[in-house]
Amino acid sequence: MPNKTLVRLRKKLLSHASLRAIIALTVFVLLWEIGSRSKQWLGVSLPWIGQVPAPSGVLRVWGGLLSDAGYWQSWWLSLVRVLAGFTAAMVIGIPLGLLMAVSKTFYGLSFPSFEILRPIPPLAWVPISIIFWPTQELSIAFVTFLGAFFTVVINVVGGAKSIDGRFFQAAQAMGASQWDIFRRVVLPATLPSIVVGSSVGMGITWNVVVAAEMISGGGGSGSGGGLGFFIWNSYVGGSYEQIVVGMISIGIAGFACSEVLRALGGLSTPWLSKR
Amino acid sequence: MSSIPIQPSDIAASARDSTGVGEIEVSNISKSYGTGLFTKTVVQDCSFKIERNKLTVMIGPSGCGKSTLIRLLAGFEKPTSGSIKIDGKPITGPGKDRLVVFQESALFPWMTTFDNIMYGPRARGEDTPQSRQQAEFLLEKVGLKAFRKKYPPQLSGGMQRRAELARAMINNPDVMILDEPFRGLDAMSKELMWEYYAGLFEESHRTNFFVTTDIDEAIFLADRLIVMTNIPTRVRAIIDVNIPRPRRLANVFDNDHANQVKMQALSLLHEEAMKSFSGGSRAAADFVEAYSRRSATDAGAPAKTP
Repeated sequence: MPNKTLVRLRKKLLSHASLRAIIALTVFVLLWEIGSRSKQWLGVSLPWIGQVPAPSGVLRVWGGLLSDAGYWQSWWLSLVRVLAGFTAAMVIGIPLGLLMAVSKTFYGLSFPSFEILRPIPPLAWVPISIIFWPTQELSIAFVTFLGAFFTVVINVVGGAKSIDGRFFQAAQAMGASQWDIFRRVVLPATLPSIVVGSSVGMGITWNVVVAAEMISGGGGSGSGGGLGFFIWNSYVGGSYEQIVVGMISIGIAGFACSEVLRALGGLSTPWLSKR
Repeated sequence: MSSIPIQPSDIAASARDSTGVGEIEVSNISKSYGTGLFTKTVVQDCSFKIERNKLTVMIGPSGCGKSTLIRLLAGFEKPTSGSIKIDGKPITGPGKDRLVVFQESALFPWMTTFDNIMYGPRARGEDTPQSRQQAEFLLEKVGLKAFRKKYPPQLSGGMQRRAELARAMINNPDVMILDEPFRGLDAMSKELMWEYYAGLFEESHRTNFFVTTDIDEAIFLADRLIVMTNIPTRVRAIIDVNIPRPRRLANVFDNDHANQVKMQALSLLHEEAMKSFSGGSRAAADFVEAYSRRSATDAGAPAKTP
């Protein structure tokens, strides 16, 4: 029913929450514009904000960039790195976390080293991963992976370990096998924690990928680019508007990724939204 | 009900007469935790029989070790000494011949009511049209047909308890063990649940073991009432409750025999509570207070009737 969805969309757009969001954003941009143009309009340059490029200027530069293939290439490269790192973190982190939660032996063996490695900031891994991995691309993806990996694992372990013991007793009493309990009790009971871990992890991946691109020069050996490199390059080239364009692009990209994850998470845990 | 070929009698295993199954014999069991100086004995030298096809209710002061006894019966834990036998075979672990319904809802929140009820059959690889029909039949029995696709958080407390009864019953266990299943429900839903549950029992007549701290609940439901002592728990008395079935609220609480059993059980429980009261238990203190109030109102009651 496309008509129904249209009505729902209109309702959502005109709701109080979205109206408030629109007002807040408008006021924010307006204040920013006034601050940036304070020298022109008020005669005095306001500290800090007076040095920031004005949103109107940013928009103009952005408009020009929209038809620029290099700009979109940066989006694409960062997105691919984020998705690669994030997917790897999920694929490796979820089973590992479950295994740590299910097996006491494995937990005892792996948790100490895990807990020592976990507090190391992903960016501290940049030099060693450049040495370790054969290509620049792989080392960026690896650092991105680390950003999400520890968060995913710790959430999965926490979620699976805190399952109510009565669920196991009930399942056992009804004749469920170990495998059945894992599949139909442990997995769904851990799913909410997996969703939370992945959305937090996704946020960290965007933080990390940009910094990794800046430090490593965006992969000098041919590949190049990425939004982090785009910002750094704009800084070096002296285009301040372009820096802001890069920043806002990352904001939008991160927001879009989180929204997609939230929607997927909601679909996979229908019982949480129904109360 | 013509659309549902399964009849109540099918839910009850065909032969639940005197030759049926599901008799538990508890002989001289004790259970203590800890070792040496720190040993705490929770169950001490308990012997009783859960007779087949009867509803045995166990009542005792709260915190007396009833839940420990249930874990022993369910096979989640082993007694320190003594033996528990079901139909002559010793209990060594959890088994599908016994099913426990827990104090608070242990429905799987990620499954709909229907899927929760179907958990047992599916776990045993019996996702057959027959078991589905049985699930539908039980949904109707417990009044949840309209809620088959709802998730547990969408159900009220009473509905969750009913769904849980259905989830246990579909497995057709030899013995159903219920650990204060209606605790925490408000008075109205509690009475409604008694009638639902008594109805389900009267149709199936499987062996039921029901643990509670509520004397009205105990007498409404029981064929046999086991009164327990304070911790470490022992059997204080076993009272037969001969109120005719089907039991409905209207005819149970007018029954002289029911009132007599109630007074008898209450004075036993009162003695036990007094013991733990002097031992400093808060729950016991509450009970002693409630009892003295009840006795005061009961003493005044007969004066009103001509």
